[in-house]
Amino acid sequence: MEITRELTIPKLFLERAAKYGKSKVAMREKEFGIWKPITWEQYLENVKYTALGLIRLGMEPGDKVTMIGDNRPEGLWAEMATICARGIGVWLFQDCLMDEVKYIVDHSDTRFLFGEGQEEVDKAISIFDECPKLEKVIWDDPKGMRNYDQDYLISFKEVQEMGRALEKEQPGLFEEGIRKGHGDDVALLFYTSGTTSLPKGALLSHWNLLSMGKALMSIDPCYENDDFVSYLPFAWIGEQMMSISCGLQVGFTINFPEEPETAQANIREIGPHVMFAPPRMYEQMTRTVQVKYLDSSWIKRKCYEASTWVGHRVANLKFDKKTTPWHWKLIDWLLYWLVRKKLKDHLGLCKVRYAYSGGAAMGPDHFRFFHALGVNLKQIYGQTEIAGISVVHRDGDIKFDTVGEPLPGTEVKTTEEGEIISKSPSVFLGYYKNEEATTETLRNGWLYSGDRGFIDEDGHLVVFDRSKDVMTLRNGKPFSPQYLETRLKFSPYVRDSWVIGDKRDYVTAVLCIDYDVVGKWADEKKLTYTSYMELSQKPQVYDLVESQIVQANKDLPEAARVKKFVNLYKEFDPDDDELTRTRKLRRSFVESRYADIVNALYSDRDSVHIDTTITYEDGRAAHIKTDLWIRELKD
Amino acid sequence: MRRRIVTLTMSEDRRQGEVLLELDDVFMFFGKVGALAGISLQVRRGEIHSIIGPNGAGKTVMMNCINGLYHPQKGNIYYKGQNINKLKPHQRAKLGIARTFQKVEVFGGMTVLDNIRLGRHIRLKSGILRGALYWGQTAREEIEHREFIEEQIIDLLEIEHIRDKPVGMLPYGLQKRVELGRALALEPELLILDEPLAGLNLEEVEDMARFILDINEEDRWKVTCILVEHDMGVVMDLSDRVFVLNFGNRILDGPPEEVQGHPEVIKAYLGEEDLYSTRR
Repeated sequence: MEITRELTIPKLFLERAAKYGKSKVAMREKEFGIWKPITWEQYLENVKYTALGLIRLGMEPGDKVTMIGDNRPEGLWAEMATICARGIGVWLFQDCLMDEVKYIVDHSDTRFLFGEGQEEVDKAISIFDECPKLEKVIWDDPKGMRNYDQDYLISFKEVQEMGRALEKEQPGLFEEGIRKGHGDDVALLFYTSGTTSLPKGALLSHWNLLSMGKALMSIDPCYENDDFVSYLPFAWIGEQMMSISCGLQVGFTINFPEEPETAQANIREIGPHVMFAPPRMYEQMTRTVQVKYLDSSWIKRKCYEASTWVGHRVANLKFDKKTTPWHWKLIDWLLYWLVRKKLKDHLGLCKVRYAYSGGAAMGPDHFRFFHALGVNLKQIYGQTEIAGISVVHRDGDIKFDTVGEPLPGTEVKTTEEGEIISKSPSVFLGYYKNEEATTETLRNGWLYSGDRGFIDEDGHLVVFDRSKDVMTLRNGKPFSPQYLETRLKFSPYVRDSWVIGDKRDYVTAVLCIDYDVVGKWADEKKLTYTSYMELSQKPQVYDLVESQIVQANKDLPEAARVKKFVNLYKEFDPDDDELTRTRKLRRSFVESRYADIVNALYSDRDSVHIDTTITYEDGRAAHIKTDLWIRELKD
Repeated sequence: MRRRIVTLTMSEDRRQGEVLLELDDVFMFFGKVGALAGISLQVRRGEIHSIIGPNGAGKTVMMNCINGLYHPQKGNIYYKGQNINKLKPHQRAKLGIARTFQKVEVFGGMTVLDNIRLGRHIRLKSGILRGALYWGQTAREEIEHREFIEEQIIDLLEIEHIRDKPVGMLPYGLQKRVELGRALALEPELLILDEPLAGLNLEEVEDMARFILDINEEDRWKVTCILVEHDMGVVMDLSDRVFVLNFGNRILDGPPEEVQGHPEVIKAYLGEEDLYSTRR
């Protein structure tokens, strides 16, 4: 079907459902240990009756409907039903705190809220009185719901029943509504996670979403028999881009894992053909392999070392666009079949044609790791305001310090100040109820990203960092702290890192050790510890972390090397506002929160005293009084 | 594991329900040491009946008498009106009495699923030969049992992610959950929970309390529970009745609000403030 300006997501959805009907599986969900298929016909029915149910409840075109919950068919049905009833879909991150839920529900003027089960319903109940426009809360998982009697609560099934009744009264109402839609109508209201301020709601039209999907697939085609695993939050634009923008156009099968905890195992069972995830997912996979490697027998370690050594060599030749000599090809092929194929299978990557990484910068070491494994990992660049992505690596033209070239139909350039700006059919309509931010971001049809970068000699876009995050070293050169941070995070022992050094004499780092991996290492070394805090301050752990920094410091210009570091007494956490929900570091926030540590890093002291109170997820507060060691690296 | 707010309920009508289990003047001695001295207790269908008491009060001995690990020297135990004094533990299990242990007693080398299936064994009708053929009725039975385990137990206890993991490799909190799953596989009418919260962290305690309520209240289960526990906060919140035991003697048996302020109960716990304290 031709993607035109008149086309809407619901029109495309109807066409797909008519084409495939009972004959093709639209989605699968693993439930009670078994993958249960849902055909296009069932998908259509569920969406139709939910949409009609919403209309029966009084939903009008343009009304906002918010969804919260794990990735599951009901979530996607609710979203599709909202759009089909000509409403506007809003997604919340599953782990949003109460304040964020309240802010978004209230700011978006949500009338209906789809929650998954008891947890989401509890959240909705606690904000209900403060959100006067909220009318109904719809839930689909009955577990634990037996004692709730609020009259604004209604089950998903009941809504569908109401829809069925309405269909009998007014047949054709659903299809008629869809016919009235236009591609320029707003489909989604997406709140950006915001590293600096309150979330802003980006309005995305059907045309924005569909044109983006079309442009991406003109480079990397997907096919109707492909499988995709939907396990990242729907509130992340990347997931919308794959499940809706691309998924609907080709009609591939969307698979939902049983529980978030089983996602990795479920991915392996499905073996998806295409994958899009933020770097942290790939970093986690790398970490898994590294930890298993440390754990395995001598012979296995040697096989792995040989295979990655060869893999890296061949990958580097490819990166440099040099031809691989035949004997290297042969050795590579042999080691691929002996070692790497199994490894790929364990990671669920055996069938992957394209694996995209986006949302944050990815370190070159991770990048090389995946290419050495034989995974076609590509960097992408984009943002919510451009319906997902605008720049991507092309097959065979991968440079890991760039994010690739613009998609067809997308113009990307940099301003004199170095800000990246882009123009395409996917550029959003503006921010909801925020004129000021809209005029600041959208100028003459150009989207001002707030990111700094440049276009290199091959036409590849190099994204430096958020403008405000770029730091200047003592030699006057600009430098990206993210680059250094991702290098440090390549070590399996380091979970998070924060690099400081803007206009300072030297570069320092605050590191969060990986409790599981370092804990295991400590067990083997017979080091006793009782808590994260205690473990992180052990001199032996400092030695271990120092050795990892020495590795990361290699090949860096002298001025950019980490000179001092401190192990933090806790991990960074989105609940403490230190990270965004997509796990990006909120630099300005941590700078003010840990000002004492920063000051100590740039003084002669060898420790810093911490006296603070932290609040746990369960509401308990603990008073922390400790000294953190500061370690200076030897030259 | 994510947390939910536990909704607490207590109903009056349960306190007048049918007696499911009755201990009538039960005495238990180990040599000359009396562990239980004439204990009488009535557990009504549908209630959560807690047994509290200081360490060494005889709570676990009482549980062992109920499920048949010990046979009291004197007194009678009735289950649904039937005297079960002479029945062995597996015969009592067949009648619908299941239990968990204070120190987890799972099969560490077996997977979570196998541990739970083991609890289901008693409800299997097909024998070895028919099982080997896996045909007709046997196949249907197998599928039904599988559905029961997956839909009613694994889903309820949220242990999907560890289904195929050996139990010995799991953290203590999850092992406790698996043990509860194995007890539930029996589809019990009476469930004895011997210190299900001991050694758990706050989040795990909240999860476990929610599971106990679910098992007790959900239409699918409606299991009567005997809860032996030291965590007074949870005991007072969950229980319909509380039985207080000290040195093998009954001090009191009544609703939580009555027990809480009773001078003898406080006295029994004197010097054990740690135990009496609540985690909340």
